[in-house]
Amino acid sequence: MQYRYKIAGGDFSNAGAVASSVKKTLRQLNIDHRLSKRIVIALYEGEVNVVAHAYSGIIDIDIDHERIKIRITDKGPGIVDIAKAMEEGYSTASTQVREMGFGAGMGLSNMKKNSDSMQITSEPGIGTVVELTTYLNGNEG
Amino acid sequence: MHGQNNGLLTEYFCKIYHNTMLITEVASKIEGRVVCCENKAAGEVEYAFSSDLMSDVLKVERENVLLITGLANLQVIRTSEMSDINCIVIARNKKLNSEIIKLATENGIVLIESPYSVFRISGELYKAGIKPLF
Ligand SMILES: Nc1ncnc2c1ncn2[C@@H]1O[C@H](COP(=O)(O)OP(=O)(O)OP(=O)(O)O)[C@@H](O)[C@H]1O
Ligand SMILES: [Mg+2]
Repeated sequence: MQYRYKIAGGDFSNAGAVASSVKKTLRQLNIDHRLSKRIVIALYEGEVNVVAHAYSGIIDIDIDHERIKIRITDKGPGIVDIAKAMEEGYSTASTQVREMGFGAGMGLSNMKKNSDSMQITSEPGIGTVVELTTYLNGNEG
Repeated sequence: MHGQNNGLLTEYFCKIYHNTMLITEVASKIEGRVVCCENKAAGEVEYAFSSDLMSDVLKVERENVLLITGLANLQVIRTSEMSDINCIVIARNKKLNSEIIKLATENGIVLIESPYSVFRISGELYKAGIKPLF
């Protein structure tokens, strides 16, 4: 199954709507609850990152028997030093974003922890692509 | 075993057998007002966690955890939805707009407003036997 969602940078009132929708889909597919929680949390962090740090984005979800692949593609400032961005505590979040409870610099590491593999590619000034894959170990849809 | 007695009995069984507390009892200990999902206020709480940091909330793995926070925004509700948190206490009577209440209602999350600070709410509930997560 494939799903595509669009997200707008800065639109905090809808931030998390994609993760929420995917959460419901995974429940319908009877994916193990703990597994689906990991997937949804990684996706949510990625979705919020686009809203907080980029201008617009597209989320592609591809689910089959074996795994779920999530690709988050955004237009935005990109990430110059990915290794640094991955460090816990590193954040360039604005004051406005921090006031909402984000900006601890934990999102990317949380995404890595909650997925089986994560790949980031970025072109400064153009945008970022984050790909997350998680295996469904027999809990097929 | 009818009416009020029944409620008291449930409260008693929660304490003795599960070491949990009813959400309604939580509210009464902190001068709290249940703002939405009253029908779920008969649920039980065993653990609580105080935080204003969404990435911290996203690390909560246990179910039936109560979140105590000073933030009153949509992100707290969304983040709680992701972490399967089913009850949130908003400290210092922060204004909850209709959008926030609507999202909480859609997700079956009980919202409680309390005039107390995060510190005092945490203290009262800890004293009453609610367990810390960390
Ligand atoms: N999609 C993106 N586009 C541009 N920069 C990004 C993007 N995602 C992350 N970054 C950069 O990497 C940093 C670290 O991201 P991370 O998600 O770990 O933390 P955060 O978003 O700042 O805070 P938190 O996720 O804890 O709320 C960000 O502050 C930002 O500088
Ligand atoms: Mg982030």
